Amino acid sequence: MTLSAQFLWLIPALPLAAAGIGALTPRSGRKTAAGAAILSLLGAFVLSCFALNGALADPTMHATYNFNWFDLGATSLRLGFLLDPLTAFMCVMVTFVGLLIFIFSTGYMKEDANSTRFFCFLSLFAAAMLGLLVANSLLLLFICWELVGLASYLLIGFWFHKPSAAAAAKKAFITTRIGDLGLLLGILWLQHAGGTLLFYDGGNGALESSVLASLAGQTVAGGLALSTAIGLLIFCGAIGKSGQFPLHVWLPDAMEGPTPVSALIHAATMVAAGVFLIARVFPLMSADLALTTVPVHALTVVAFIGAITALLGASIAVAQNDIKRILAFSTVSQLGYMMLAIGVGSWVAAIFHLLTHAFFKALLFLGAGSVIHAAHHEQDIRSLGGLRGPMRVTFATFAVGMMALAGVPFLFSGFWSKEAILHAAHLWDVSHLPFYIGLVAVVLTAFYSTRLVAETFFGRPRSPAAEHAHENSAAMTGPLVLLAVCAVLLGFIGTPAFPWLQAKLLGQTEIHGHSLFDGAGLMITSIVLVALGIGAGWAIYGRRPRANATARDPLEARAPRLFAALSNRLGFDEFYASTVFRLNDGLAIVSDRLDRHVWDGAVRFLALLGVFTGQVNRDTDEQGLNAGFTAASEKLRDAGKFYSQRQSGEAHGYLRTLAFGFVIVLLLVILGGAR
Amino acid sequence: MSPLQICLIISTLLFCIGLVSALTRSNAIMVLLGIELMLNAANINFIAFWRYGPQPEAGMGVIFVLFSIAVAAAEAAVGLALVIAIYRHRKSVRLQDAVQLKG
Amino acid sequence: MTLALILIACVMLGSAAVAVTLRNLIHSALLLVFTWASIGAFYLWAGAQFIAFAQILIYVGAVSMIVLFAMLLTRQGQGTELPIGSASIMRALSALLAGGGVAGVLIGAILGSPLDVATSAPAAISVKQLGEQLMGPHAAALLVVGIILTVALIGAVLLAAVDPKEQPEDIT
Repeated sequence: MTLSAQFLWLIPALPLAAAGIGALTPRSGRKTAAGAAILSLLGAFVLSCFALNGALADPTMHATYNFNWFDLGATSLRLGFLLDPLTAFMCVMVTFVGLLIFIFSTGYMKEDANSTRFFCFLSLFAAAMLGLLVANSLLLLFICWELVGLASYLLIGFWFHKPSAAAAAKKAFITTRIGDLGLLLGILWLQHAGGTLLFYDGGNGALESSVLASLAGQTVAGGLALSTAIGLLIFCGAIGKSGQFPLHVWLPDAMEGPTPVSALIHAATMVAAGVFLIARVFPLMSADLALTTVPVHALTVVAFIGAITALLGASIAVAQNDIKRILAFSTVSQLGYMMLAIGVGSWVAAIFHLLTHAFFKALLFLGAGSVIHAAHHEQDIRSLGGLRGPMRVTFATFAVGMMALAGVPFLFSGFWSKEAILHAAHLWDVSHLPFYIGLVAVVLTAFYSTRLVAETFFGRPRSPAAEHAHENSAAMTGPLVLLAVCAVLLGFIGTPAFPWLQAKLLGQTEIHGHSLFDGAGLMITSIVLVALGIGAGWAIYGRRPRANATARDPLEARAPRLFAALSNRLGFDEFYASTVFRLNDGLAIVSDRLDRHVWDGAVRFLALLGVFTGQVNRDTDEQGLNAGFTAASEKLRDAGKFYSQRQSGEAHGYLRTLAFGFVIVLLLVILGGAR
Repeated sequence: MSPLQICLIISTLLFCIGLVSALTRSNAIMVLLGIELMLNAANINFIAFWRYGPQPEAGMGVIFVLFSIAVAAAEAAVGLALVIAIYRHRKSVRLQDAVQLKG
Repeated sequence: MTLALILIACVMLGSAAVAVTLRNLIHSALLLVFTWASIGAFYLWAGAQFIAFAQILIYVGAVSMIVLFAMLLTRQGQGTELPIGSASIMRALSALLAGGGVAGVLIGAILGSPLDVATSAPAAISVKQLGEQLMGPHAAALLVVGIILTVALIGAVLLAAVDPKEQPEDIT
């Protein structure tokens, strides 16, 4: 079975219908809402598999289905759906991970009174995300992009009675909006300059050679190619959505939402949307590569932003104590890797890492959710510990996820995708700096993931909640096991010996495999670095476990100032508070002053003028006109009294009058007509 | 007399029977039924003019009657519901008793 | 042809006239069913089969039922025994005057108009044509009628529904 591009809309439509059902279900109908959500996503998953089957049959083709949305004068705005291997792989990943997370949520949200609403929002999110994936138009993509942001806002603030959750929801929404403004500007500019927003349109699409050539041929201010400017504006949207430096500040705070939300939105799918967007518009981003005179290429910016983000996220993650925040900064760092891969020109490596990361990061988050649920919402790793015994399934699957994240060689998927990225970065001819940054981040990643596992699962329980933890129900452990299996197996679809995924994404019909150990020097280097990171983590945290919840961190004891800076997230929030917020406050104060003194004064003057005119009017009125009006109203009152007596309220009387009136009028007409 | 005139006279008589019913009966339901008869008389006129008109194949008269019947059905439903509401309020369906908007 | 028309007219007008004068409401309503059925027969005679069936369905089937329900729900029992007051007689006289006036004027106008059209064969209009007309040029009106019916239905339910705040003894 295959699914053609014309019917791609069915994939997002199913979860959308489930969201509608969830919205109409009363609060008590949690089973209905959860069942509808899970069934719809299951259907979407099956459809996505059909779509993937169709896309793989001919990976070179971009099957599109475009239609007119509305006409604007002579031009018309067209939307469309696009089916190619990139879309199909992403759809399968999103629906599959989403399905497992939905099932996990039925266990995790069992005690929440509002879980009907929760499933409604989750379905809405899934619908928007899938719509984003199947869009063939930057405009349709943007619409779904904003819907995804809305669903994320609703879900982060799901426990809105907690002030921190409400604040985090607002922060996420507003921060991503800054990036979205850039994206919107890019879209408008593209429509203006290229005349189309469709990606592929039989040779006239924005990602096809004729439009790209004209975009790359024009220059704007500063000698930039037009395609560079538009590409960078679109990249702004990706920076916001994917939590890249400098807009990464919202992602760790977004962990205030329920853990399945963190897993689905802020690890596996939504934050990957930025990477997906840049991969999708890669032809536009790379259109300026042939030009040698431009000051900067769009992809160079992407690579450096990605590298900075990777290093930043990994280093901050080292000093965090909240289990979900560690994972959040880890996500920031991994997204940086993906951006780095796109920037150095290997978007297939980025998508490969995106897919593997989605599985193992969803696994880690759900594992964290399982721990949190078992330990009665204790999220601080200093207070956990010793969970290896009571929670065997969670421990085993979490360890698999951690090893995939750290890049333990050969068996785990994270190793192969990270290796692909490092390999691509190594071959980049512009600069080797991102490559070295990536290597440093490899060590840090291995270190903090070891620290996370060692603190959470080894040693002795350090709080009553951790002592009484026990394994969760099958609804929660089942998805963990499935995700763990995927986190291991998924790596083998893209190894250097058999790069099936890369070939399909690039539209090659033949698979050019190299040796499994192609670039062995690089591979050995990164294996050594991973071993170094894990060894250091185990030496510091594993061998001598923390004695109690309040003991100082061993790293803190050695480098207190660095540790404080890192655990304070390098002061980004404070920096924004002292610059952006202060500027905003200053502008607000100026506006307030203007309003109070200048505009208000003008309004007050006008009001005084009005009062004065009114006074004059009143005087003339009372003395001059009133007497005449009094007499007239006496007459009116009499007339009203007379007519009101005819208004008896008796329906028969009215009808009789009507009948006689009709006779009279008709008689007049007949007699008059005879004349 | 042509057939058209016969039809029109029939409808006129039906109309007047309805009118008399609406004017004489004090029961609100009978008043409503009188109004229904008057509407039916109007429908007969439409059909008669359609049948003997210049363009019967256009079907305008039939369509008009269709809409008129639909509106009459809505009117009957709302009217009788009003009668029941008034009855519940005043314990009477005499039209003469319902002369006030408030109360 | 004309004979059939006269026959239909006799049943129609006769049953209507008797229904209007009867004091027993239930009998009146039952006689009116005859009137409506004979109006349906008139439509059949005129060649408008679809309208005839609509008339039978809506009036004989539906409206008569709600009329009977309304009568039974609002029955007071002693109505037939009440003496006829002088006010009622005055009202009946004036009503007859009005009705007679309308009839006289209208019939005069009808007879005075040149309406001597040629008797053509009945122009039957098929349901298919009717449907195409309704869905084509009159689609908007059809939608509006649908909305009116929906609103009327909801309104009727709201009006006739028992107000939960009312005293229990008010509900009979």
